[in-house]
Amino acid sequence: MMVIRRFEEEAARNYAKGKIGGFLHLYIGQEAIAVAAAEVLREGDYIFQTYRDHGIALARGMSPDAAMAELFGKDTGCSRGLGGSMHFFDVERGFLGGWAIVGGHLALAAGTAFKSKYSEEDGVTICFFGEGSTNIGGFHEAMSLAGLWKLPVVFVCENNQYAMGTPLERTSPLKDLSIKAKGYGMPGDRLEGHDVEVVQERLGAAVARARAGEGPTFVEIQTYRFRGHSMSDPAKYRTRTELEQRKQQDPVMVARARLLELGVAESALDDIDLEVDAEIDAAVRFAEDSEPARHDVMMSTVLAEEDVS
Amino acid sequence: MREIRYREALREAMFEEMARDDRVFLMGEEVGHYQGAYKVSEGLLDQFGEKRVIDTPIAEAGFAGLGVGAAMVGLRPIIEFMTWNFSFVAFDQIVSNAAKVHAMSAGAIQVPIVFRGPNGAAKQVAAQHSHSCAPFYTNIPGLYVIQPSTPRDAKGLLKSAIRSNNPVVFLEGETLYGVKGEVPDEGVEELVPIGESRLARAGSDCTIVSWGRPYYTVLAAAEKLSAEGIECEVIDPRTLRPLDTSLMVQSVKKTNRCVIVHEHWPYGGPGAEIVDRIQREAFDYLDAPLERVTGLDVPMPYALNLEDSVLPTEERVIDAVKRVSYAK
Repeated sequence: MMVIRRFEEEAARNYAKGKIGGFLHLYIGQEAIAVAAAEVLREGDYIFQTYRDHGIALARGMSPDAAMAELFGKDTGCSRGLGGSMHFFDVERGFLGGWAIVGGHLALAAGTAFKSKYSEEDGVTICFFGEGSTNIGGFHEAMSLAGLWKLPVVFVCENNQYAMGTPLERTSPLKDLSIKAKGYGMPGDRLEGHDVEVVQERLGAAVARARAGEGPTFVEIQTYRFRGHSMSDPAKYRTRTELEQRKQQDPVMVARARLLELGVAESALDDIDLEVDAEIDAAVRFAEDSEPARHDVMMSTVLAEEDVS
Repeated sequence: MREIRYREALREAMFEEMARDDRVFLMGEEVGHYQGAYKVSEGLLDQFGEKRVIDTPIAEAGFAGLGVGAAMVGLRPIIEFMTWNFSFVAFDQIVSNAAKVHAMSAGAIQVPIVFRGPNGAAKQVAAQHSHSCAPFYTNIPGLYVIQPSTPRDAKGLLKSAIRSNNPVVFLEGETLYGVKGEVPDEGVEELVPIGESRLARAGSDCTIVSWGRPYYTVLAAAEKLSAEGIECEVIDPRTLRPLDTSLMVQSVKKTNRCVIVHEHWPYGGPGAEIVDRIQREAFDYLDAPLERVTGLDVPMPYALNLEDSVLPTEERVIDAVKRVSYAK
């Protein structure tokens, strides 16, 4: 969680310095969800995320070097500078992308789950999206097919309360989004996302269901982003009081308190903080020092090579 | 060689490729139990079962996207659109996902998928069911766009498309399904390469480039022109992206004139692209401006007399050839 937190803070700083361009959507405040998800997945599983994709990529094991270099548009980045913040990929770890059209990647997740079932493998797909996605057609069609064919996929709605700048009560007739699951013939679950242990347990149950061949689950996780929608958003649509209140449930602080309660020495946690600081500083240096993205890579990756016999 | 219908040629291609490779499956509306809205997939369910011939709900964005996801992790889906008109509700899946992920992932993820189905006008199905879709898809890097005119090309190109590691938009002809033509005998495998045009008729006086339904209009017009002493050379691009202009340019250097005949609307698209390339690559050889005979720039009307006037006719082709030939 600390790696994600520090990574995102450093990304924001470098965005302000002009080292990072385009759109930059930070995961600060939502870290417990990605970390918990990474814990319950194993090799052979697939992950899809929206454009707010740094957290899950890092949680799944992508190096901060490769992630930061991607933000800097460098050849050493996880997508060699062709993807940017919104399109991280790490195929070896089953991370199949950050996707930037709201609702557009849910059907892809149904597709990888279809593959697992078709090939009689026990892989599970986990697909993250925001509550804003639940109003677009892509959500409906993917949920329909996954429910119909009992595909091994867990749809995780990270409900951070705002679809860009518009609060849930102005975009949805429902307060409890998890009841949508019923319409697609799958169970729904709903929980708070600030306690990593709770999230891990509940996502673990949904993943286990999928792995056992019992079909998809829709999980709505209540969360909150501490920053704006993207770097260009000062988040004027919410009050300072609301933000401060939410920060009382900062997942990083909750985890820290829990570890202290379990008897972990404060100095050990401080040591971790220092290690993480050094790791992220090194990632920034790595990104700075890396070679720029390459024209020949861009030109040669439009199409895949053919091996037609 | 034997003669079979375009529809049967497509079915054979899918049958052979599904028999050859377990990763290939067919998914779409009515492809299984109904035996295909246009009977292209007739018999495939019996042969391969429900696991590999999959009827879907009416949810193009859903099943097109599902196919893309399955292709990303190693399957080779054939996604049938009942007609290409319905691909518009899946446009985002084709354009934003299928065509982009190989590049966005710097080559880490391939998308070996074929989207196929009938394209273009049928007969009196009016404005929403008569789209000639090539211009929409040929604009997009990351896709192949194939539009076969003959049964032989339909079979050989569909086989190549299924074996390709890239997303393919495969535009069939709603009115061509019944067309008969020579196809290699059973047991003789022919893969028509993607991105190669074909000389359909030799001639020395005027080059005509055409594909899809108007290809047959052009061949008929060429016979009539021949009777008047004008010999047309007809070239079928077969693949519209990537576009092979080598035969066209070579031909124009010989005939010094060229007419492009296509069903899609005149604004842009492969028709205009061909004009652009030929004028650049054979400028010094041209004795007349290039001409196009196209679908008229209107939403397709229902009334048969009007529809007939919208689609390229033999008369319009003959007029265009005569104009560029300065013949009466």
